[in-house]
Amino acid sequence: MAEGIRDKVAIVGMGCTRFGELWDRSAQDLIVDAVAEAVADAGIDRDRIGAAWLANCFDEVNLGKSAIPLSLALKLPYIPVTRVENFCASGTEAFRAACYAVAAGATDIALAVGVEKLKDTGYGGLPDFGESLGTSNRLTFPNMTAPGAFAMMATRYFDRYGLSREEGKNILAHISARSHANGARNPKAHMRMEVPIDRIMKAPIVADPLGLFDCCGVSDGAACAIVTTPEIARELRDDAVLVKALQIAVTSGEELLGTTWDGTHVETTRQAGRRAYAEAGVETPRDEISLLELHDCFSITELVTFEDLRISPVGGAGKDVLDGFYDLDGTIPSQADGGLKCFGHPIGASGLRMIYEVYLQLQGRAGDRQIDDPRLGLTHNLGGFPIMSVCSVAIFGRE
Amino acid sequence: MIGVLAYGGYLPRYRLDRKAIVAAMGWSNPATYGLARGERTVANHDEDSLTMAVEACAGCLDGVDRSAVDALFLGSTTLPFAERQGATMVASALDLRPDIRTVDVTGTHRAGTSALLSAFDAVGAEGTGQVLVAASECRTARAGGNDEHLFGDGAAALLVGDGAPVAVLKASHSVSVDFVDGYREPGATHTRGWEDRFVRDEGFKTILVDAVRAFLDKIDLPIDDFAKVVFPCRYTRDHGGIARTLGVVPETLVSPMMDVVGDTGAAHPLLMLAAALEDAEPWDKILVAGFGNGCDVFYLQVTQRIEQLRTRRVTESLARRADLGSYEKYRVFRGLTDTDVGIRGELEAPTALSALWRDHRTVFGLVGSRCTACGMPQFPPQRICANPECGAADRAEPYRFSDRRGTIFTYTGDHLASSVEPPQIYGVVDVDGGGRLFVDFTDCTLADLRVGQPVRMTLRRKYRDRLRGLSGYFWKATPADAAAAGEERTDG
Repeated sequence: MAEGIRDKVAIVGMGCTRFGELWDRSAQDLIVDAVAEAVADAGIDRDRIGAAWLANCFDEVNLGKSAIPLSLALKLPYIPVTRVENFCASGTEAFRAACYAVAAGATDIALAVGVEKLKDTGYGGLPDFGESLGTSNRLTFPNMTAPGAFAMMATRYFDRYGLSREEGKNILAHISARSHANGARNPKAHMRMEVPIDRIMKAPIVADPLGLFDCCGVSDGAACAIVTTPEIARELRDDAVLVKALQIAVTSGEELLGTTWDGTHVETTRQAGRRAYAEAGVETPRDEISLLELHDCFSITELVTFEDLRISPVGGAGKDVLDGFYDLDGTIPSQADGGLKCFGHPIGASGLRMIYEVYLQLQGRAGDRQIDDPRLGLTHNLGGFPIMSVCSVAIFGRE
Repeated sequence: MIGVLAYGGYLPRYRLDRKAIVAAMGWSNPATYGLARGERTVANHDEDSLTMAVEACAGCLDGVDRSAVDALFLGSTTLPFAERQGATMVASALDLRPDIRTVDVTGTHRAGTSALLSAFDAVGAEGTGQVLVAASECRTARAGGNDEHLFGDGAAALLVGDGAPVAVLKASHSVSVDFVDGYREPGATHTRGWEDRFVRDEGFKTILVDAVRAFLDKIDLPIDDFAKVVFPCRYTRDHGGIARTLGVVPETLVSPMMDVVGDTGAAHPLLMLAAALEDAEPWDKILVAGFGNGCDVFYLQVTQRIEQLRTRRVTESLARRADLGSYEKYRVFRGLTDTDVGIRGELEAPTALSALWRDHRTVFGLVGSRCTACGMPQFPPQRICANPECGAADRAEPYRFSDRRGTIFTYTGDHLASSVEPPQIYGVVDVDGGGRLFVDFTDCTLADLRVGQPVRMTLRRKYRDRLRGLSGYFWKATPADAAAAGEERTDG
């Protein structure tokens, strides 16, 4: 009978580079820097790492296929190294693989690295989906981008809840403004400026109704985690962070092919969240989760995720946002580090960057972003689009 | 009885005011100021002669059993491929049977009338009960000349067959003359011609007039016997002069629509004929002449059945219009201007022709599947049913979405996607009868749309791979015309 991952794996070291348009940093630079920080943080000899996983999505931009780029950069001594990809959920996917290797007893200490060099495309936005959707899909899929695919959810959400364009955009603006205020305090973030609501409301439209500040930026970066058994963790430090839940849900095709999806939520978030709460033993998320690192690729994503994770009631996230419930000094701070909004979204790295913030917060090392006595932190890492997605939800704690 | 069983025409939504043309180029050729009257049709950037032919045919086949069509003849001088048959692609888009005869008729502006007369020749032969005839043009011209004023884009279609016709062919006459009023080698972008006065005098005023007179002699009927007289002539002033020369009764002269459409080349005689049929009365005789390297002349007689088949596709197309806004847009739409599309816009993944072959009916026919276990339609076709209550494997049958209406489930206007005319509009359509389509939208602005709005599907050119010289086609959603939805159609 499967038991789940709760309390079987601990994080003993993490690293995260500064994220940004890092024209002068190669993928090798990012990998080496992130892993150096993690190894120092864990206080281990690097040769104790028994297996490694590499998360990278757009391999055609810079890195290339297979796990060889990771092993080459670090000169890993012929250990098992695997590349994983699940769109924007790749980072947590690599982390999940490393955790399961440890939990299964396949290795004592495992490394998960997420890295992406998006700024080698030569144009703004994510790399064109042209070939990455596959040769068949590109014959029939619309000429879409990520902002557009998520903007469709905003169109539908505003329509369903009777929000005028102004009302809806105002709610979304509060989400972005709050993330910017948090990111301004974070030396590793790409965007470090506060942005007033008014400027967000008037910003040029990227994909209607989403404006410039409703969309996370495109950036380069790397983050990584070193995981091990709780027993080995106790030898290394007394503030290791325990994995309480680690769940992934992938669309069945219902949203894209059927007619039951209401267009105003992400089903994979609901499914992965439900299973993660059960795995971690969380019954009332709104009362038990201390902080959230959500996949705020777009402000609308964060809004519906509050509902999909059962923290805000369905249709009620807007009120919570405007009430400051998710502010840094609110009840459940969301994106304390500034989120994808301020870091940008190097695809493979984001899931691990989220875990990095939860890790620091639980250890009391988040500096002037520090939340008071956090118990459980949740990361939500969403790949694909609302109509076709993969979502991972992970929960972490101290005891 | 053999005759015209159905008819239709299609004009693209965009119109270019001719004053915008002279505002841009009149300085280079002041003589063109004299042409700057009215407006002309301009195909959208995602339209070409194939897509417009599909629209005209779909309108013509509304309510008709498509499986009864035995052949498709397509006339055009502007087909997108010199090799890869246009009629086959149009037939695929209409989801006609594969065991049919498809023929492209090209090379001349009488390609449309020649295709129609060939259809009449073919019907009645073994296995040829119904022939669908289409003619379509999407034309380009050099900047500053007369042609960009005179040309228009559009298409027409007629179904010829054995049944209950609205009009029967009574007689025809054709002459073949290598009169070079225009010529274009393969690979050349534009047509070259000769002095307009020569073309008017020796071409229209001689060859066309002589052919009509010879025809009238042959059938021993006077010109005033005809209730409607159809002949395109791109020289508007001379159109009336030629009619007077022939003795055409003024009220019977069918407008060549130069001030609202322009000359649509091979499509024009059939477009004018379709317009003429819209308000024809039983027993009307309609004379048609199609000029180009000679002349086709024929006449149809309208039957009583016209009163049961009052389709008005040409009139509806004319009414459905939007200002293109600028001359530059027309040039960019037709690929005549070297545009900075950005690095993202330059990316073009290759078309896997093997994948296209495998998915051909899906891509061209918009044919998905319906699960016979639970009845749910789904697109693209699925071997394992997407209904979570069902999940049956290999119980799917083909299910066509192209001729179904739907409503908008959600949409957006995307400024990041590389688009010829930003924003790129796309969304999800709830299809009448079940299923959803995630598609691009076309022929609309963002302000035109709302959740719940009725839409219909239209075949468009989805992408143009200039590096490899290949265009890809697929279906897009477009706001459904309220007028079309409520047309008079009383036949069973």
